[in-house]
Parts: sequence; C-alpha cells; structure tokens
Amino acid sequence: MVANTNGFKRIAIEPVTRVEGHGKVTLLLDEQNRVHQARLHIVEFRGFERFILGRPFWEVPVLVQRLCGICPVSHHLAAAKAMDRIVGGEKLTPTAEKMRRLMHYGQFFQSHALHFFHLVSPDILFGGIEDPFAGFSADPALRNVIAVAAKFPELAVQGVMMRKYGQEVILRTAGKKIHGTGAIPGGINKNLTIAERDFLLKDVEQMIKWSHGALKIAKDYTVKHLTKLAPFGSFDSSHMSLIRADGAMDLYHGGLRAITADGKKIFDHVDYQKYTDYIAEEVRPWSYMKFPFIKSIGPENGWYRVGPLARLNTADFIDTPAAEAARKEFMAVTKGKPNNVSMAYHWARMIELLHSIEKIRELLNDKDLQGQDLVTRGQRREETVGLIEAPRGTLFHHYRVDKHDQVTMANLIVSTTNNNEPMNRAVQKVAQDHLSGKKEITEGLLNHIEVVIRAYDPCLSCATHALGQMPLVVELVDAAGNLVDRKTKGG
Amino acid sequence: MSSTIEFTINGKDITGRPGQTVLEAAQDAGVYIPRLCYMRGLAAFGACRVCTVLVNGRPQAACTQTVAPGMVVENNTEKMTAFRRNLIDMLFVEGNHFCMFCEKSGNCELQALAYRFGIAAPKYPYMFQPREVDMSHGDVFIDRNRCVLCGRCVRASRDVDGKHVFDFVGRGLHKRIAVNAEALLGDTELAVTDKAAEACPVGAIVKKRVGYAVPVGQRLYDHKPIGSEIESTAL
Repeated sequence: MVANTNGFKRIAIEPVTRVEGHGKVTLLLDEQNRVHQARLHIVEFRGFERFILGRPFWEVPVLVQRLCGICPVSHHLAAAKAMDRIVGGEKLTPTAEKMRRLMHYGQFFQSHALHFFHLVSPDILFGGIEDPFAGFSADPALRNVIAVAAKFPELAVQGVMMRKYGQEVILRTAGKKIHGTGAIPGGINKNLTIAERDFLLKDVEQMIKWSHGALKIAKDYTVKHLTKLAPFGSFDSSHMSLIRADGAMDLYHGGLRAITADGKKIFDHVDYQKYTDYIAEEVRPWSYMKFPFIKSIGPENGWYRVGPLARLNTADFIDTPAAEAARKEFMAVTKGKPNNVSMAYHWARMIELLHSIEKIRELLNDKDLQGQDLVTRGQRREETVGLIEAPRGTLFHHYRVDKHDQVTMANLIVSTTNNNEPMNRAVQKVAQDHLSGKKEITEGLLNHIEVVIRAYDPCLSCATHALGQMPLVVELVDAAGNLVDRKTKGG
Repeated sequence: MSSTIEFTINGKDITGRPGQTVLEAAQDAGVYIPRLCYMRGLAAFGACRVCTVLVNGRPQAACTQTVAPGMVVENNTEKMTAFRRNLIDMLFVEGNHFCMFCEKSGNCELQALAYRFGIAAPKYPYMFQPREVDMSHGDVFIDRNRCVLCGRCVRASRDVDGKHVFDFVGRGLHKRIAVNAEALLGDTELAVTDKAAEACPVGAIVKKRVGYAVPVGQRLYDHKPIGSEIESTAL
C-alpha cells in the first residue's frame, strides 16, 4: 500500500481486454520503474440490488440474469433457488431439479468453451514451444480469436460449435439461448421433450471428444511449462466452493467448504442460509467492488479464491469418470495438496468443461426429464439465500420478501467479487516479477498482467473486446502529473 | 330496414349488421383491424385510437363507428400503418415498458402490436415517468409503469363485475388508474376471479404468483402475430 501516491508515475491499462466487462489496472512506478502499487479496478456500477427493490419476487430470477449475457443462467438459477425457499418449494421434483441442472451444465459448457477458445487461446497458442510467455508478447494483431481461426481453423470451429451446443442445451431448458424463463419459484416451467432430447443426444459424443482435446491443450501447456508458470501471478490462498454431502464436486447445490492453502478445512458443509456467520464483505475506497473475507480469519488474511481452481482443490472427487481421471492427474502435480498456481485455472476449467458434458450426457439419458411434475410449494418464508457455483465461482443471492410479495432487500456477492483480492494479488505479483525495474514498459509486458487476470475469467460484466482492435491506452505520467509517454493500440 | 349492410374495407366487400361497429363487422369477415382498448364483451371506449380507420376519407375509431351502407373504409394502408406505428411508439415511451423481464411478455397485446408493426425500438425519447406499483392485494397487483390507460379494467369492473373497483384520475400526463378505496388495491372488493383481473392487455393488472409459468414458445404470440387468429378465419 502506498500512502502517498505523489512522486510516482502512474500507468493505467484501461480497459483490460478479453475479459467480460470493463476494468482497468493502475500501476504506480518510481523513477526506476519499480512497481510500488498495482491494482485492478472494476469501474462499472450496475445497481441491480437497488432497482429490484419493490418488484414481485417471482420476477427476480428473470430480472437479475440481465446482469450478464455470458452466464445469465447462473443468476437465473441462484435467484430461483432463493425464491424456491420463499414459496417453500426448495425440495424440487426430480424433473425440476434435473432440468435446472441440465440448463446449468449447458451454461458451464458454453461459458468455459467461450473463455478458453475465444479469450484465452490467443495467449497460449501463439507461444513458442519452449517459452510459455512468448505468446503473451506476440504481435497484438495476431493475438486474437480471428488469428486463431486463421492459423488453427479446426480448433476455432470446435470452439464455436461447443459454445453453440451449450446454448442449444440452454434453449431447450430455459426457452431462450440467452435470458430465458425456465426456472420459476418452486420448480421449472417445462420438461424436455423426446424430440429435444434426441436433438441434443445427436452431438453429445462429438462434444465429449472435443472436450478431451481442449483439456489436453490446457493440461499439456501447464504441465510442460510448470516450472515457469508456477510462480506466474501465484500465491498461497484459501479456497472455497459448494460441495456435495459426500464430498463430490457439485456445481448446482451443496454446503460451503473452505480450505487453507495447504488443504486444512476452515469450515465444511456449511448451510449457506447462514453464510453471514462465515463470510463478511469489506469496502475499500478505490473500488466499486467489495472484498469478501472469511470472518473467522478476518479481513486481512480471510480472503479466498473461488472458481475452477478452488473447486478442484476443495472437491474430494468428481462423480463422472473422465473428469475424475483428469482430476487425479491434476492433483498428482501437487501431490494431492491444493494447487495455488494462478495459471492452473485453465487446466481446472477444462476439467470442468469435460465434467459438464459428461453430466449433460448422463442427464439426457435420464427419463425423469420427461416427467410432468414440475413445481412444488410449501411453507412460505420471508428471507432467503440462494447459492450456486457459477462458471467463475460461488455466487450468492440473498433476499428478503415482504407479505405483499415485494422484494425489500437484496445482496448479491458475485463470483468475481469473491476473487477480487486474489486478482489484485495476481496483478501485483506479475507487475513485480515481470515489469518492475524494466527500462521500457512494452505492450507485451502489460499483456502479462492481462493474461493473469484472464486466468480468473473475471466477469466484470457484459462486454468483450473488439475483434483485433483491442482498445488499450497506456499513459506514463511523471511525478508532477505530466504526461511523458502515451501508447495506444487498436481502438 | 335491411338486415344486412354492405360496405368495403380496402376494396373488399364486407357485410355487416345494423348497429354493428366497423371493427366487429371486419372481424366477422376475417379482416383484422388492430386494437388495444377494445375487448369483446365490454362496451366500446375509443380511447387508444389504434383501430383508427379512414371512413369515406375521415379518421374514425373503428370500435365506435357503426357500419353504414356504401361506406368506404381504409384499414391496412401505408398511411394508416404509419399512423398506428406512431401511436404505439408513443404508448411505449410514455410508460416504462421493460419487455425483457416483464412476465406479460409473449402474451402482451402492446408488445405483439409492436412486433406486428416492426417496431424494434421507439423513435421518440423515453419519458421515464415515475409510476406506482401497488402490491397490497393478496392475489392481484397493479404495475402502473406498464399501464396504457385503455380502461378495460374500468369497464370490466363496472359493467361485468358490478363493482367499480377502477377508474381514471388526473388529466393529460398525470392521468392514471386509481382504485375505489382510501389508498390501495388491497382495500377494494376486487377478487381474482373478476373479469377486471384478466382484462388488462399489458402487464399493468396481473394475477400474482403466476409469473413465467408458461414457457417461451408456448405463449400467445410466440409463433403468430397478433391478429392472425382473426385473419385465419377469412373466407
């Protein structure tokens, strides 16, 4: 922390590219270009928690998913899970729960595919065989998905088709590919017809095959370059996720498990209705995004990571065979201990991609999806919490609803908020290790910072970079605030 | 007096009955005249003007104009379509219509009209007027953000339910639907089974806890435009 920012040069990477939404990075450098402060700022302010106040509670799952166009299903389902409890319908019928799960795995599949193929692959595919960092500094004109399509057309087509498949699953469960209405309080509004099932079954084996291919790319890249990648933006941290009662990875439902950097349990199988007993949020004056922390450890050291890496670390096993075999390989690298390598997120994410498509195949062969019993009701409640594992990590929705059915309080802790402190640490680490003291801060060096942010797949919300024209402005300002250098690319 | 009345709509021969309105005679002949405040079974009101046609060259509301022999009616012309598009446009910007999360989406007559007329986005600036939501009733709520002042609820409650739960107050921009109570809908005699509870063409008076029970793809206007149910009966 720099108490007085005067006397330092400031570099801003704004916006950060190839992530969802808008963010910026600021670096404070001294005369010798030594980094004194590095921060990731989320510059958006959305206001959803305020403007859903007064709305009818059944509207919320459809309304809040507008937070995002990439993984709206997560918000849709987290809110629906919360509203299940308002109508006392949290014990869903098998058809309702399985339809929701199918929707959710469809979303994981499309979101992870999009992230890996469209946003990340340019960084790793253009790297030299021996140097994992070479791709980070590749010609920016090539470092985008269009160039990937030109040089690796087969892979690019797979990426597009996998994303499309996930969206087709969402269409048939939520009614629309983006921003559907499938999940309603206490259940679901449709089942899966035989024709819909057969349409999805037609391509599922192909998707599984391609998922193995994507997993191999991520794994080979990480394993081959482990020595160099291990310290890249990495640090020890706690990890948190939902976990099934038997310890299996469960992306839709479970209790909260948090572990330390070396695998000791901080809490386990916590009923998330009581999450406020375990998690608190800190506000810092320089960011719109709050900083959550584990209460028992405190704000200083209580931060934790969520998302694919955290889920791989917290899970005792994965309940689909191919993903479980991949998990074992992943854990073997750290001899069963938690993996704290930021760049290992990509490998973990592709294991989840495979798990999602295995789950989709399993569900498509389940006759419960053709059931007719769609909604349950029970004892009415006024306060509720809905949690889900979104592609980017644990997502919290907390609401109060009055007797007139109006929402009176809403608190959302989105996945990226949970990863706020870790992403800042990662940015700091990369800035220190790769930029600090360098004579010239090149565009390629700055992309190193973006690379580590992308590992976390932050959803800063609903935007992606312009193809091939990543608008990036870097300004070098001297101690007196005068602009000494300005670099732009694209835009 | 003859029991039938012959007239034309866009050159097509139509046979109506004495006392029948242009809108109803057209409907019986399979000709759709767009409308919003009209509802079969309720007294005609002539409020929304969406059904405006040219009768012998003069604009008239088809829902209130009775048929007369030899009448020349212009309905589906470029000029009338432009006129109606403007009206619908203005209804959208006067209220706060957020179709993307409105539970009436797919079943909303205003939205369906906009789709029928190819309105992707309003051309006038939004007014963003503050409008009140009344959730006090156990089974029905009012969201005035979405009210188009068609008065269907007023007529349904007064003429069919015999209760007079709703009426208009204020004038011009300040006109709004009020309830017959000291304060809120929950204090009125409205029952969920009333005609007034299902008369709203938009999402302004809505039965509670129904929400999105009908999936996308099975809603009223998901596959065919509004009015096609009338046009499909044409001989």
